Amino acid sequence: MRALTWHGKHDVRVDTVADPEIINPRDAVIKVTSTAICGSDLHLYDGVIPTMKAGDIIGHEFMGEVVETGPKSSLQKGQRVVVPFTISCGTCYFCGKQQYSACDNSNPAENQDISATTYGHAVGGLFGYSHMTGGYSGGQAEYVRVPYSDVGPIVVPDDLDDEQVLFLSDILPTGWMAAENADIEADDIVAIWGCGPVGLFTIQSALAMGAGKVIAIDHYKGRLDLAKQLGAEIIDFHQTDVREALMTMTGGIGPDAVIDAVGMESHGFAIDNMMDVAKQKIGVGADRASALKQAILAVRKGGRISMPGVYGGFTDKFPLGALMEKGLQLKTGQTHVQRYMKPLLDKIQSGELDTTFLISHRLPLEQAPTAYKNFKKNKSEWTKVVLKP
Amino acid sequence: MKQSSKIDQHGAPMLENRNSAGNAIKSNVGKLMIASFALVAGGTYYFMRHRQGGSVYDDAPRKAARRKSGKYDVTGRAVTINRPREEIYAFWRDFQNLPTFMDNIEKVQPTGAEGRAIWTIKAPAGTTVDVETEIVEDIADELISWRSVKGSQIDTEGRITFRDAPNGSGTWVEATIAYQPPAGRLGRMVAKTFRKEPGIEARHDLKRLKMLMETGELSTGRRYNEED
Repeated sequence: MRALTWHGKHDVRVDTVADPEIINPRDAVIKVTSTAICGSDLHLYDGVIPTMKAGDIIGHEFMGEVVETGPKSSLQKGQRVVVPFTISCGTCYFCGKQQYSACDNSNPAENQDISATTYGHAVGGLFGYSHMTGGYSGGQAEYVRVPYSDVGPIVVPDDLDDEQVLFLSDILPTGWMAAENADIEADDIVAIWGCGPVGLFTIQSALAMGAGKVIAIDHYKGRLDLAKQLGAEIIDFHQTDVREALMTMTGGIGPDAVIDAVGMESHGFAIDNMMDVAKQKIGVGADRASALKQAILAVRKGGRISMPGVYGGFTDKFPLGALMEKGLQLKTGQTHVQRYMKPLLDKIQSGELDTTFLISHRLPLEQAPTAYKNFKKNKSEWTKVVLKP
Repeated sequence: MKQSSKIDQHGAPMLENRNSAGNAIKSNVGKLMIASFALVAGGTYYFMRHRQGGSVYDDAPRKAARRKSGKYDVTGRAVTINRPREEIYAFWRDFQNLPTFMDNIEKVQPTGAEGRAIWTIKAPAGTTVDVETEIVEDIADELISWRSVKGSQIDTEGRITFRDAPNGSGTWVEATIAYQPPAGRLGRMVAKTFRKEPGIEARHDLKRLKMLMETGELSTGRRYNEED
């Protein structure tokens, strides 16, 4: 089959590789009909995620048609399914608590050591996202082996086309959980850093949960325009002092909740961010966290911080004192996708949520390397790329 | 000489050894090392903890101690498995199941004699070592312990316990394995297999047991079957 493979920093290629097969009884094989490039794929592209190997197939937002099933899969050939990027067994303690991304069993035993050492506990398995999360082949390919296919994939009705449901695989639930983690109360003012796909879905979700006002912060005009269309007030941090603006826009109190939808490759001009950029460049592995630091300083006393942005390592100069002295709450984590797929599918079907607005480009899988380059370089116009194998 | 248990009820190795020859020297060297460490550490805590093998005032399992004691390498892990105790006990009690989740064990073959089996253990360069074991204790749904019979190439002892986890979250499974490789070339080979990363293999094995019991399969990132 043809698949997008990772070969190093800014080096991805479409190669011919061996087809996937059923290995375990609960597996299924999916023929991919649509797959998207995620903002977190850019972390792989930029080479800042450890434990990648040359030839790894990446991509974790995908959907398609079931073409093969193991004896214990609940799926049937021909069904159209969206596959969550988190792999979950459905039977462990964490899956039982619907904390699917914390699944204890989906990361193979021999792949668990790195995260067990770095984080204290092993993380769950993810599609196409390094060997630390299982070494699973990803979805930017013609076919994908889907483990625990009786737990993850959701069957979607034929009257919804791919672009309406594809984002159930990651960014729509991720945006929803980001807003949920901010514990939004009626009429809250919520500030969101980052208007990439997750940030945009977070804006939509926060408003759906009753936020009175959402303030969106970014520096790409195209993305800020989309945020505005969704009903957010916008701040371009290249033009505006964010803290000044937020204080004024909240009557001197600060936002009730802040959301970091940026993550480890945060842009910014602050000195500490420049230091972090330098450290990332020489491979000392610091997470740039300037958006998060700014958010912590901006949020009101007793406020809430939600952090859907991806971080993998350590950060310096973290405003720990502000967290404590202002009495803040911080919630984060990889999305428990399976928890949100069905309710969000219902909202898509009823027309309550639209996901297609952010797709800017549709390309064949063969052009994926170009898509990565542009998605990285021209964020203002390339908001979301959908690839067709 | 009578075989004495090297694993006490907390899973810690006891200091006495079955072979008394050379013990005086070994234990003196041990004490010297422990004493000098205690000096470095600036106190007598570790010394007390290990010299007497019993006067420990915290509640941690003994294998979590910062220094090992005695001549045995001890490794062990605990894991919570979301299945009933009886089920996991029964699976483990059939020793022939062990190779399905223990990477270092090629096969386990009962000898026919009650509670005895030959464990074929993988060694470097594609070789194997056979160890005959006997069951020492066997309490249904609670615990199984075993040890190598006298004269085995590897002197080893193991114990696995099954307890109900709180809030109906399954079973706490705790495994402890002590072993002392023999001297010489074989010893070095075995040491290479077992000692390279003490605890890692035990952790992987228990994780795999958990996967098998909870999901019915072993997670793998492989995309296709390798023999194809």
